[in-house]
Amino acid sequence: MTVFGPIGFTAPWLLLGLSALPVLWFLLRAVPPAPIRRRFPGVALLLGLADEEVQAERTPWWLLALRMLALAAAIVGFAGPVLNPVVSVPGQGPLLIVEDGSWASARDWSRRVARMKEALSEAEGAGRPAAILMLSDPPPGPQPFAAPGDLVPGLAGLKPAPWEPGADVPPLPDGRFETLWLSDGLARPGREALADALRAHGALRVWQPAVPVLALGAARIVEAEVHVPALASAPVPFPVEVTAVGLDPAGIERELARQEISLSAATRAEAIFDLPPELRNRVTRFEVTALRSAGSVSLTDDAVKRRKVALIGGAPTREGLALLSPLHYLQQALAPSADLLEGTLDDILIAKPDVIVLADVATLAEPDRLAEWVEEGGLLLRFAGPRMAAAESGDDPLLPVRLRAGGRSVGGTMSWGEPRQLAPFPEASPFFGLTPPDDVTVRAQVMAEPGPELAERTIAALADGTPLVTRARFGQGEVVLFHVSANAEWSSLPLSGLFPQMLERLAISARPAQPGQAELAGTTWRAVKLIDAFGRLEGAEARSGIPGEDLGEALAGAGAGPALPPGLYAAEDRSVALNALAPGRELSPALWPLDVPVEGGEAPRAMPLKGWLVLAALGLLALDILAALAVSGRLRGPRVARAMVVLLALGLGMMPGTGLRAEETTMDPERAIAAASNVVLAHMPTGDPEVDRIALAGLQGLSDTLFARTAVEPSEPMTLDIERDDLALFTLIYWPVTADQPAPSPQAYARLNRYLRGGGMILFDTRDADLLGVGSASPAARRLQALAAPLDIPPLEPVPSDHVLTRTFYLLQTFPGRYDGPIWVEAAPPDAERAEGMPFRNLNDGVTPLVIGGNDWAAAWAEDARGLPMFPIGRGSAGDRQREIALRFGVNLVMHVLTGNYKSDQVHVPALLERLGQ
Amino acid sequence: MTAKPQTAALELRRAAEGAASALPPLLVAAEQLAATVQMGGHGRRRVGPGEEFWQYRPAHSGDEARRVDWRRSARSDQQFVREREWQLAQSVHLWVDDAASMRFSGAPEGARSRPTKGARARLLALALAVLMVRAGERVGLTGPLAPPRPGRAQLQTLAGLLSEDASAEDYGVPQVAGVAPYARVAMLSDFLGDLAPLEAALAALADRGVSGVMLQVLDPAEEEFPFHGRTIFESMGGSLSHETRKADDLRARYLARLAERRDRLEGLARAAGWQFATHHTGHPAQVPLLWLWAALERRRG
Repeated sequence: MTVFGPIGFTAPWLLLGLSALPVLWFLLRAVPPAPIRRRFPGVALLLGLADEEVQAERTPWWLLALRMLALAAAIVGFAGPVLNPVVSVPGQGPLLIVEDGSWASARDWSRRVARMKEALSEAEGAGRPAAILMLSDPPPGPQPFAAPGDLVPGLAGLKPAPWEPGADVPPLPDGRFETLWLSDGLARPGREALADALRAHGALRVWQPAVPVLALGAARIVEAEVHVPALASAPVPFPVEVTAVGLDPAGIERELARQEISLSAATRAEAIFDLPPELRNRVTRFEVTALRSAGSVSLTDDAVKRRKVALIGGAPTREGLALLSPLHYLQQALAPSADLLEGTLDDILIAKPDVIVLADVATLAEPDRLAEWVEEGGLLLRFAGPRMAAAESGDDPLLPVRLRAGGRSVGGTMSWGEPRQLAPFPEASPFFGLTPPDDVTVRAQVMAEPGPELAERTIAALADGTPLVTRARFGQGEVVLFHVSANAEWSSLPLSGLFPQMLERLAISARPAQPGQAELAGTTWRAVKLIDAFGRLEGAEARSGIPGEDLGEALAGAGAGPALPPGLYAAEDRSVALNALAPGRELSPALWPLDVPVEGGEAPRAMPLKGWLVLAALGLLALDILAALAVSGRLRGPRVARAMVVLLALGLGMMPGTGLRAEETTMDPERAIAAASNVVLAHMPTGDPEVDRIALAGLQGLSDTLFARTAVEPSEPMTLDIERDDLALFTLIYWPVTADQPAPSPQAYARLNRYLRGGGMILFDTRDADLLGVGSASPAARRLQALAAPLDIPPLEPVPSDHVLTRTFYLLQTFPGRYDGPIWVEAAPPDAERAEGMPFRNLNDGVTPLVIGGNDWAAAWAEDARGLPMFPIGRGSAGDRQREIALRFGVNLVMHVLTGNYKSDQVHVPALLERLGQ
Repeated sequence: MTAKPQTAALELRRAAEGAASALPPLLVAAEQLAATVQMGGHGRRRVGPGEEFWQYRPAHSGDEARRVDWRRSARSDQQFVREREWQLAQSVHLWVDDAASMRFSGAPEGARSRPTKGARARLLALALAVLMVRAGERVGLTGPLAPPRPGRAQLQTLAGLLSEDASAEDYGVPQVAGVAPYARVAMLSDFLGDLAPLEAALAALADRGVSGVMLQVLDPAEEEFPFHGRTIFESMGGSLSHETRKADDLRARYLARLAERRDRLEGLARAAGWQFATHHTGHPAQVPLLWLWAALERRRG
């Protein structure tokens, strides 16, 4: 292969053909395009006519250039050009392939395998033996060299490990060999030592991808937000997305939240998730989107979980007695680390809390449901108190021990003896390891009936051996009883720092931080789920238990290893996540000595250009056909024109859509605020500027009337923008109908229907006085039928004399505008009955969504800028009276929309009065 | 009777049928076309030898007794003689250009195909002959082959002659031999060839007192010149050719030349007392037939 700059040629001698191009120039230019022969009797008349334009009998230069370009493209294409050719320099001696094999290698594992395969095939071609050394899983002895062909099948079985290689130099083969080190790109201790050792044996080449390595650290909670640290070995130029993954209520794993962070400036950033507790407790892991690597997965454990704790106090708390409340200290202790629920037991059980705390509750409201909840795995925590001491507890099933009635009091004013201190916690107790402070004293407690299981159930006792905390299992759950009250009345325990620690041990409150090494000592953990190097979760049933010390060491900073793969470990009710990224590990790119050649994994791939060039040559030749036709005048006629149109249409059709963008469908915020902040009347635009002007002026007049006479003080009326406005903000829509009004779009109709269903009202006004009567149609009425057809309209009837519209503010019997015609409203239900002693029927359901009439109300309401009527009505004082009634109708209408059938409820007044009298 | 004469007769019959089989289509088409022309009166409006009744007149001395119309005379005391209208048969010579240029059609195929100019000219000529024969005139071709004769048998002859293979000449030259003095001549051609022979022929005919009509049959393509680009135009026979790089440019000048030629032809016709018209093969054939009929009719008086 011959290489010129970035392009190499597989058959460079073919390029000599380019020198023949000038010859072609002369050959091609001598040949004019062939003329068409035509039989034509009229030729006799043509004889002697010379062409006006004298044209050289030669091919036009651009056609010539086109042809030469096509030919040149073909010649260069067949010479086999390759962009970024791979030029290999053969090495000597055996080849050792070293692969880091860590989680950071997993993201481009297939490319690594391809690179190894390439190296092996090269070695095979050169007859060199080869060996592969995985640093994350080093063999016990030196790796023997073998024929490369035998190693290739094993490549598919190679898997990266979800941990990082150790710092020790693995055993290396003797003698001289060349090394190809596939680095994962992370700096770590031991890398330089190994590099030196390898270079002592021969040449070292390094293959290392240029893309920075990304990893997620352990998530933790800071002030109710989940912080997930993201680390990168170098600034990442693109935004990184971190997703929270967990089970949905149906048990299917889903993405629960997504956060975008930028690592373009720093190598460390935090993705902050502000999740509701319900969602946060479902999160099982965080991961970097679309990155397959164990390092980009961060499992969550108890540190991110917050229990839902329901608090139920026995005594209704009185104002000002917060410190005496039995729940106060519990709230203070649990609030930072748990989500507290308060309410009645009924409501709380629906919320499925993890823990229910009953403080001094002696009689349970629903013992069966509570017992069921406990048996399904709930933790019931009970505190004693005066009520419990006073109650007969023999039949309370939800107590770990039977209680003696009365309790006992020590060290009080009326008793002998000192207040008791706590005994050290026994080894079997979950509180083992906590030291009871000296100042915690107990003055009163409830006593347990002695029994065979009392000692077993006691997990904390007083110095005199009487139980302080007892525990018993019920089904899958358990019941824990503190024999003292939850407030400071009976003991100083709730005041001490021991109290929250005890709650934490009972897994009631979440652990604030990773458990320390000392804390884990002596415990045994088992793996629940493990992460493989690609970040996939696997079950870990067949694993043996892990001593707490090892886990503690790993969590303290040693990180995961072959013996302790990353994953989720659990002991009893507690769980701990061990992530692939060791705690405290900082990522930085690996640096190599300057004389070590480093292949970028991102090297541009060799790209053969032959196909493209030959394609270009063919395209140019096709163009040449068209051009030759055009030059010889054969590219004419209707057929060609049609073909061109079709081609053009195809071309345009294939261009990316430049269609109109969907129009913005949201309401202008300022307009929305104006409409939402007060009662606003609105009218539908008709497209007729005069009608719109009158409608707006009419609504203005009605608004002014309402302002002057009623408690409704509307803002300026608006003209609807039906396609964009949020209709829910408008109280009443006045819709004047003109004969040539454009219909709203289907989307707008959907919004109108939603508006009507949601309690809105539309006042349709055909403005034709309904002169033609029912059933016949004026142009406006016909248009109204067409406009209203897509609306959900209930059955209608002429407004009955007892309709609530007749009395929502004024007592009215007619509803005139400029005309005085009938109006139609939603029909009353057929079973409406006249109430006893009342002049109207019992119609107290629903506001009519529609009022339809033709009285041209807007014209009657309309006022000009000076507040004077815009249009005359009737004549003389009768006309003024009609205008007044029209305004009263408007007031009634708005009142009807705003108050619904409040006035109709008067039907119940006698009954209410009767009840009040009792 | 031997077998041999029988065979010869059969041969003759078959040849005759073969020859005749080519005729009916042209003749039928011509008859159809001629049927569209309403026959008018062709009488000379005066007394003379003829078949139609003209008038009765009182017999006077010198009239032969057998000419007295006794049926009419019996109704009065006088004798009447029945006179007939003078009907004079004219001789009409047809000349249909059969040169190669007439075999041109601008659209020989397809839905909007047009007949060749020659076909249209032959159809017109034969239809005219049918009309003439129906009117009792004598019809023939110029030249020696078919002198004018009356009767339908002549139509068969004309159809046969018109269906014959055409000459290989590029442009036709009118034949004037055998045209009787004071006869009528109808020339159908594209008149695209050299005009000198035509002039000579017209002069010769005018000398003999022959009048007639010239119908120029053209293809619409010749009228419109719808050609573009580099083209070599060749005459139908191939004897003439003209090359151009841009046929579009020639159009205006070609049309000008065509119009000039037409003017000249009209001038020639007027000078000789003839009539001239142009017909395009894209148009229906009835129009030129009517014109031909009327033009010849006018001149017959």
